[in-house]
Amino acid sequence: MVLLDYVPIFIMVSLAGIFGLVLSKASEIFGPKKPNPEKLSTYESGMQPIRTARERFSVKFYLVAMLFILFDVEIVFLYPWAAVVRELRLFGFIEMLIFVAVLLVGYVYILKKGALRWD
Amino acid sequence: MDFVDIIFVVFALIVVVSAFIVVFSRSIIRSAFSLLFTFFGVAGLYVLLNADFLAVTQVLIYVGGILILILFGVMLTTNVVSVEIKTGTLQTVPAAVIVAVLSGTIAGIFWFTEWHTAPAREGPTTKALGTLFMTDYLLPFEIASILLLVALIGAAMIARHERGTEGGR
Amino acid sequence: MIPLDYYLILSALLFTFGVIGVVIRRNVIIVFMSIELMLNSVNLTLVGYSAYLGDPTGQMLVFFVIAVAAAEAAVGLGIVIALFRLRRTVNVDEINILKW
Repeated sequence: MVLLDYVPIFIMVSLAGIFGLVLSKASEIFGPKKPNPEKLSTYESGMQPIRTARERFSVKFYLVAMLFILFDVEIVFLYPWAAVVRELRLFGFIEMLIFVAVLLVGYVYILKKGALRWD
Repeated sequence: MDFVDIIFVVFALIVVVSAFIVVFSRSIIRSAFSLLFTFFGVAGLYVLLNADFLAVTQVLIYVGGILILILFGVMLTTNVVSVEIKTGTLQTVPAAVIVAVLSGTIAGIFWFTEWHTAPAREGPTTKALGTLFMTDYLLPFEIASILLLVALIGAAMIARHERGTEGGR
Repeated sequence: MIPLDYYLILSALLFTFGVIGVVIRRNVIIVFMSIELMLNSVNLTLVGYSAYLGDPTGQMLVFFVIAVAAAEAAVGLGIVIALFRLRRTVNVDEINILKW
């Protein structure tokens, strides 16, 4: 039964879920709670926050996420190729070189265009 | 009821319920997080269908990529404090008609057609996929790289913040 | 073994939810999520056939769908963000500059 191979994954996922749940709830239940106004401020014995932190955030984060997802797809295409590259020899290698080279052009372009500069 | 059947029912329920929440929830954040469970449920169904590598891909790209991008889209387009995060719905009646016709048609076709099936293959699929990519479907494979290149350049140009314009920092 | 019909009907349901979302919701991003639901339902159908016909081609097609979905997410949300910057709205009814 091939489904049995997934039991470790299942155990890990459930353990991770339980771990997160238990830790967050445990600190809520067992942690001492003696709040006073000074403790409840955002930075205790620090600066007063000037404005709320919940603002629309910069588009730069979106750019990074977008670049990540496109290269993520590239990596996923690399995996099946890696499984058969020994049988395909030079032919498969050249094919993948073309694939990666095309994406490299895009990478160099956005690099030159400054999309990855942070400020 | 078999053990596999129970797993199927669980994943199918996760998919249907979370898809329902995605579409009908009033809060866009709740929709986005519900989409996470839909993607996970579909990944589980892929596992049941012996598509192991695809299940991992689903988690990697849909959950780890597209969903993050959607969440960024939510956070970039809604000012969480002032702008109301709820979204309205309308056109309920035409929607109901369209949906009834559509789902009836699809489900009817699926139900009444005799599908020819072959014994299922078990075991890892990565190798078979790699062979297909490198032999019969080589051209689509290379074109996919060009598609990604175009998307890379296009999206970077659209979303890039030009200096001096208003909004964001 | 679960009959193929079950997977097909499940994916029909998922597709229908996606259509409902596109028709009734007014927020571009929710419309976007509904499109992702539809893409997922199609993927599920393809994988279902692939498993029950014993042919990995269906699974391979899903990879292309995923690649297209990723490109679509990147460009589509880029457009949404650019539109929001321009018009301050994500409501599809208000985005009608092409209307005459």
